[in-house]
Parts: sequence; structure tokens; C-alpha cells
Amino acid sequence: MYFDAIAKIVAERTGCDVADIRPDSKFSELGIDSLDTVELLMNLEDEIGIEIELDHKVETIDDLDQFIQSRQG
Amino acid sequence: MLKGKTAVVTGGSRGIGRAIAYKLASMGANIAVIYAGNAEAAETVCRRCAEETGVKARAYQCDVADFTAVKEKVARIRADFGTVHILVNNAGITRDGLLAIMKEEDYDAVVDTNLKGAFNMIRHCTGLFIRNREGCIINITSVAGLMGNAGQCNYSASKAGLIGLTKSAARELAPKGIRCNAIAPGFIATDMTGSQTDNPLLGTIPMGRMGEPEDVAEAAAYLATAKYVTGEVLRVDGGIAM
Repeated sequence: MYFDAIAKIVAERTGCDVADIRPDSKFSELGIDSLDTVELLMNLEDEIGIEIELDHKVETIDDLDQFIQSRQG
Repeated sequence: MLKGKTAVVTGGSRGIGRAIAYKLASMGANIAVIYAGNAEAAETVCRRCAEETGVKARAYQCDVADFTAVKEKVARIRADFGTVHILVNNAGITRDGLLAIMKEEDYDAVVDTNLKGAFNMIRHCTGLFIRNREGCIINITSVAGLMGNAGQCNYSASKAGLIGLTKSAARELAPKGIRCNAIAPGFIATDMTGSQTDNPLLGTIPMGRMGEPEDVAEAAAYLATAKYVTGEVLRVDGGIAM
């Protein structure tokens, strides 16, 4: 549901092609470490107007997407 | 030097915290004072910061040992100030007593406020620091955390723990431009050290006297601006723990 927004921010951050980012892409493979995912979520606040605090490690784009959806109720 | 920055000072209504709040305000930082109980003292600190230096200053009541309360208060400070750049974890309590007869609640209360309180503050401010790609955390520990102190096993343990927290945070957050340092005051003349006036260690201070809260504030001012210093424990103790 938030895949496009996450992929856009990841692509901007890493310089990779947004078309190469899949839901099962691992952040580590994209050159994004655990602390970066915290920052990513903060950038998403600006992008899609949500305010969510990450409280566990997420491995993939889809993990983050699912996490945000779970917190959105 | 800190114009446009916002500093949060826990335990900022008196003693060392108050001196640090005044010092950082004098350097241009906006000040958010977190206090446990004395609203009048906290408001007085804020009023003086604002009147004498023209910075924005506000007081917030919060039990730093309460994870959820800290989260809410940091969100409030963010709403009021926009963000946080400097965090000074100064809030601390003592419940002195001999280890052999210490009550469990006295041990827990001290560790919860002094150590977990600092964790709670760092935990909830770090997102803002990461977002800003800069941040400065200053934890007020104690020479008791370095040397130990008879009758203060809970306090010493909490302050030694704070040094471990400082160094881990320094390592973990350095890649994000966030520094974390500690100050280890020795015997500083404040309300809290009133109970220490009979301590035989006082006679062993090489400089021969107790320190002032302003001595600690000078160290905080240095660490707030020392861009290449992280993971340091800076003693301000007249030489007692060297």
C-alpha cells in the first residue's frame, strides 16, 4: 500500500532505479542500514503525512510497508 | 554559538541542570527544561533564560523514568520548538544507604531515574537527531560511577551504567552525526550533595574544595560545541578521580 512511496524515497536516497526495487528487496542489499530505516520512516512522514515510530528491525521493503499499515489501523 | 539550536535539559530546575540551562541559553540555545516536581523553580529558570538572553524557554513536568511519559513530552517539545539538537540528561536522584540493608525500592528508584531515564530521553530524541543528521547528547554521570562510593551502591551503579550507555550510544550513533559524551562531576555544591558534607573523601580532593554547578556547565558548553569529541567521559572533579 505504501510500496510506491517507500520505493521512491529509497531510490532518491540510494540513487538506484526505482524499477529495480521490489517488495522483497532487502534494505541491506540496497545499502540501507538499520538506522537508515529509522530515517526513512521520518522521510515518509513528510511524504505521506503519517507519524509512526519504528520499534523493531525491518528487513525488506514489504516489512516496512506491512509495519506502517499495521500502525495505520 | 548555539543560536537556533534547541537544548533539552532534564532536572533543569535547580543545581547542575539549572547552571547548564543558563549556560546553553547564554550561548544562544533555546531551552526546554524538564522537571520532576518543582514547577515554580523550573518556570523561574525559563523566565531568567528568556529575559537575560532572549531565547525561547519552556518548562515541562515529566517523570523521566516513565517511557511513555517521556515519549509524549518529547513530542510536545517537538511541537513547541520544531526539533531538538542537544539533550542533557541531568535528572538524578539519590536514596543513599548501606548495601546490606538497602530497600529494593530505593535501588530501583535510583536506577530507574538516573539510568533508564537517560535511556528513555535518548530513545525518544534520537529520531529527531537522525532526521537532523546532527545531535549532541550529554549525560551527567558522577565520579561515583568511576570510583564507587560507600553508601551509594545504587547511585554508583546507575552512574557507571550511564557511562556504558554513553559509549554505546556514541558508537552506534556516530555514523549519523550524533555525538554522545558524559560529564563526571565530583563533589559539587548543590542541594543533592548536602548529604555528602561529612564524606571523608572531601578531604582527598586535590584542589581542596568542592566544585560549583557552573564548573560543570562550562564542561557542558565545551561538549556541546566540540565537533570531533564523542564517547568521552569528562571529569569535573578537582582531580579526585584521576
